[in-house]
Parts: sequence; structure tokens; C-alpha cells
Amino acid sequence: MTHLTPSGPGVVVVKPGMLTTIQDSGRWGLQSRGVPVAGPMDAVSHRLANALVRNAPTAAGLEITLLGPELEFDDERVVAITGAHFDLSLDGRTMPSNAPFIVSAGARLRFGARRLGARAYLAISGGIAVPPTLGSRATHLISAMGGIGGRALVAGDVLPLGEPTDVYGSVSMPQEAIVPLPDRHARVRVLPGPQTAYFSSDALDVLQSASYVIASNSDRMGFRLEGRPLTHARGADIISDATPLGVLQVPASGQPILLMADRQTAGGYPKIATVITADMPVAGQLGPGDTIAFAVCTMREALAALITQERALMAVEARRA
Amino acid sequence: MSIAYRIVPAGDSVLVVEFEERIDPVVNAKTIACAEAIQAAASPGVRDVVPTHRSVAVYFDPLHTDTDALVEQITHAAETSAPAAHAPQEPIRIPVCYGGDLGPDLAQVATFAKLTEAEVVQLHSSATYRVFMLGFVPGFAYLGLVDQRIAMPRHATPRVRVPLGSVGIAGVQTGIYPAETPGGWQLIGRTLVKPFDSSRENPFLMKAGDAVQFYAIDRAAYDKGAAR
Repeated sequence: MTHLTPSGPGVVVVKPGMLTTIQDSGRWGLQSRGVPVAGPMDAVSHRLANALVRNAPTAAGLEITLLGPELEFDDERVVAITGAHFDLSLDGRTMPSNAPFIVSAGARLRFGARRLGARAYLAISGGIAVPPTLGSRATHLISAMGGIGGRALVAGDVLPLGEPTDVYGSVSMPQEAIVPLPDRHARVRVLPGPQTAYFSSDALDVLQSASYVIASNSDRMGFRLEGRPLTHARGADIISDATPLGVLQVPASGQPILLMADRQTAGGYPKIATVITADMPVAGQLGPGDTIAFAVCTMREALAALITQERALMAVEARRA
Repeated sequence: MSIAYRIVPAGDSVLVVEFEERIDPVVNAKTIACAEAIQAAASPGVRDVVPTHRSVAVYFDPLHTDTDALVEQITHAAETSAPAAHAPQEPIRIPVCYGGDLGPDLAQVATFAKLTEAEVVQLHSSATYRVFMLGFVPGFAYLGLVDQRIAMPRHATPRVRVPLGSVGIAGVQTGIYPAETPGGWQLIGRTLVKPFDSSRENPFLMKAGDAVQFYAIDRAAYDKGAAR
């Protein structure tokens, strides 16, 4: 177990939760060297949390999965928790989601029962200041990179904190959540391609005809889906090419895999469709056993949805000024 | 150089330029030249440019990108970019201890090729390989093309754990595992050279388009290096 011993202020991990990782906005620019992007599964909630505590949108915070942690602060900070709804308590007092609040030095923040959604985001004013790897603090579990030792948090870890810009000025009004939390089912929009021609002519209809179950071996790399199989027209192997966030790649079994934050940079299966950027945060709020359905949309709809989301985020970020 | 191409979107934030559908040094050289041209243009909003065997994925932020201008720029790169005509580059030379417990599949590859182990080593270490692309894990380079005689397909069931530095063959491709991972390639040897080390000034030993050669070292030399 690696312990960081920061000279500055920190947060002690009392209980780590099921899968709590340090995530910033991702390790961009090195996919040509095989380095996965990682970053949050719900990028909008991650950014909202940062906005609420007046951090930069790219600052590192915690992604909390299904079962939350217990944390002890040794410095007074503003925090905000977005994304999945958990019962939150600060030294026994109930605290709200989507609203910044002050945690005083010595206080304990505890995540209790989860009500809705799969992943919560905790931002702390000043951000988590672990040393970056290849320009990012995002944890990538498979390549053991970023965060603390490239792994999920364990009890006893100490999270070093950066210098907050302005502690008290950052306490603002609670916000409406920007990502609608799914109740164990979500319908997301897709754009066909990039390799729709590798499938039978009815494959896109089949994809949209019924929900798929997210299998138990799904993780931050990808959601393995179980449902109506998709039929290949030209075999299940392609010459390996890039694998963007949100693509539905389909191996020989015909069961699609939705590629998520920790996906590899390239892969050799044909890709029938791609979930639009604006709907990936909703997908990121699903977990194993939940269901997902797909609906083809137009590029125009995809961009309109993204602009609506961006306006909501910018409205919160503008209040930082 | 004229090679057929098409530009297809992958969702709303990625454009892919696809060249001819084959693993071929000429197509790959064109692909890498195209990626370099797009990278050099450094258009606002572009987040990552990712060349693979025969395509280039351009990741961008659609809210901060003039998409029409980007398509135009990618089209220009696809049509005009040509591999640099400079002198053949010096290959990266990698010492490998072949066979034994460090290369547990060498005997099988020899049986597949109907050659001796020494002849397999000779064929593997006499070629100059091209880095076609990186992927799978950080720093993993897909090298080719391996001599057809020793181009044994990968294992039907991958190993759960392949040691760091293992040198493998999968069909006409060869490569070095930069980390301990699961893997299905035929393992013929091992090297102490690290393809990836995030603590190094240049963490990546190879980039797409590089030339690579392997040379055989004996077990004593390998062990001496390992003890260092």
C-alpha cells in the first residue's frame, strides 16, 4: 500500500467505498502512443462539481461508484457532490447534493445509502493535487496510471489538496442536476457508424428494437451488453482502428460492447453506432444489471443537445467570476 | 501520392479518415503522414490525432471547432500529405534473449514453421520492422511485417499473465509487451528494454513510422543486464 505523505493539507480516506478513483478531465493527446484517455464516466457531473466549488473544469476530484467512502478533512474546504444521489452526512448532519458546503478541519464526510444513479462526483476546492502522470491525474486502472499508484483508493490513503482560489466566495445556491439520473434504465441517442456497412441491413433496427442488459463483467472500460444479437455482414474482424468514447463495437457473438472512459485506444471489432456526447453522462450513471436502449438521431439533434448541456454548465461556471 | 480515402464521422466528436483496407507499409506511411499534417495544423478544438494501420481518427470538441473547416483541412491532408523523403532512418535496435523459459513458444513456432529454433531466431532478428501503430496498452507497438514462414497465429486462449518485456508473434505482426498484461501472442523471447516508462524523460521508446530491429543475446548477457 502506497501512502502519500503530503506536507500540505489533505483528506484521509477512512473507508474507501467500492471503487473510488481520482479523475480529472482525462489524459488527452497521447492515444497515438497507446495511452487511454480515462477521466470521469459522467463528465458533465464532474464538471458541475468543479464549478460549484470554483475549481477549473479540469480539476481532479473523486469518482464514487455504487458504494461511497468516508473521508476525514484536515483542512477547511468547500466541497460539492454531484451525479448519483447518496445520503450524505457531515459529522452526522444531513447534507445536500448539487450544492457547495463548507467542511471544517477535522470533520468527517460520509456517503450513506445510494438512492439513484451509479456514480457520484466529489469536488474539493483547490482540487486533489496528486502528481500528474503524462499530464493528467486521471486514474486508469488497467495500466495502473494516475491517481494514487494507478489504483482505486484504499483506507489510509491521504489525498493532497491544491491551493483553493477563494474559500468562502464559492458558496453559492444549490443547482438543478444537469444530468437526469436514470432509474436503472436509460434511453440514449446514437449516430450510425463509423462501420455500419459491416452489419446486416436490419442491424440498426435490431439495435433499437429492445433494451440491452448491462452484464456483471462491465467496468470503466466498457459495458458488455446482453440482448438481441446484431448480425455481421462482412465478418467480425476489422483492421484495428481507433475506438472513441461511446462507440458500440460488436465482436463475433453479436452482443455489443459500449466503450466507456477507460477504453483502449484501438480495437479490431466493427462499430455499428456511436452514442452522442450529450448522452454519455447518462450512460455513465448506469451500472451492472441496469438496462439501456438506443435510438438513432441526427447530427443536428446531437449538437443541439450538447449546446443545451453546455449552456447549463456555463451558467454555473459564470457565477464563479 | 494518390491513395483512395474517405472521411466518416464516429459520433459527433470524431472524424475518421480511412485509407485502403489493408495492412501495408505504403498505406501505413500515407496514414502517418496524413496524421502528422493534421497534428501540425493544430486546429483549435482538436483534442487528439490518432493514426492506426490505415486510418486517422481526429478527436475534437464540437463546441469549439469549425467542423466544416476541419473537414476541409483533413481532406487537404489526406490528398496532399506524403511520407517524408529523408534518408532511411536509423533503426531502434533491441536485444532479445530468445527461447527457454523467456520464450516459451519458440519451439512451437519452430514446429509451425518446420524450421529449427535457431532458424526462427535468425528470421525474426534479420528483418527491419516498421512500427505500424501503437495501441492495446501504453507504448505497445505493432511491428511488421514478420516473415510469412514464422507468422504463426496467436493462441486461441490468451495467457492470463504475460511478463513485461516478452517478445511475441501474432501472424505477420511482432511486438514487445510494455507491461504485465493478459495476452495471446506467441512468446519467443524477452528483452530488458522497456517500451514504456512514465518516469523516463521520453516515456515512449517507439512511435508510429519508426524502424526497429531485434538482435539475439545469450542468457548470461540477459541475466547480467537484469541484475543491473
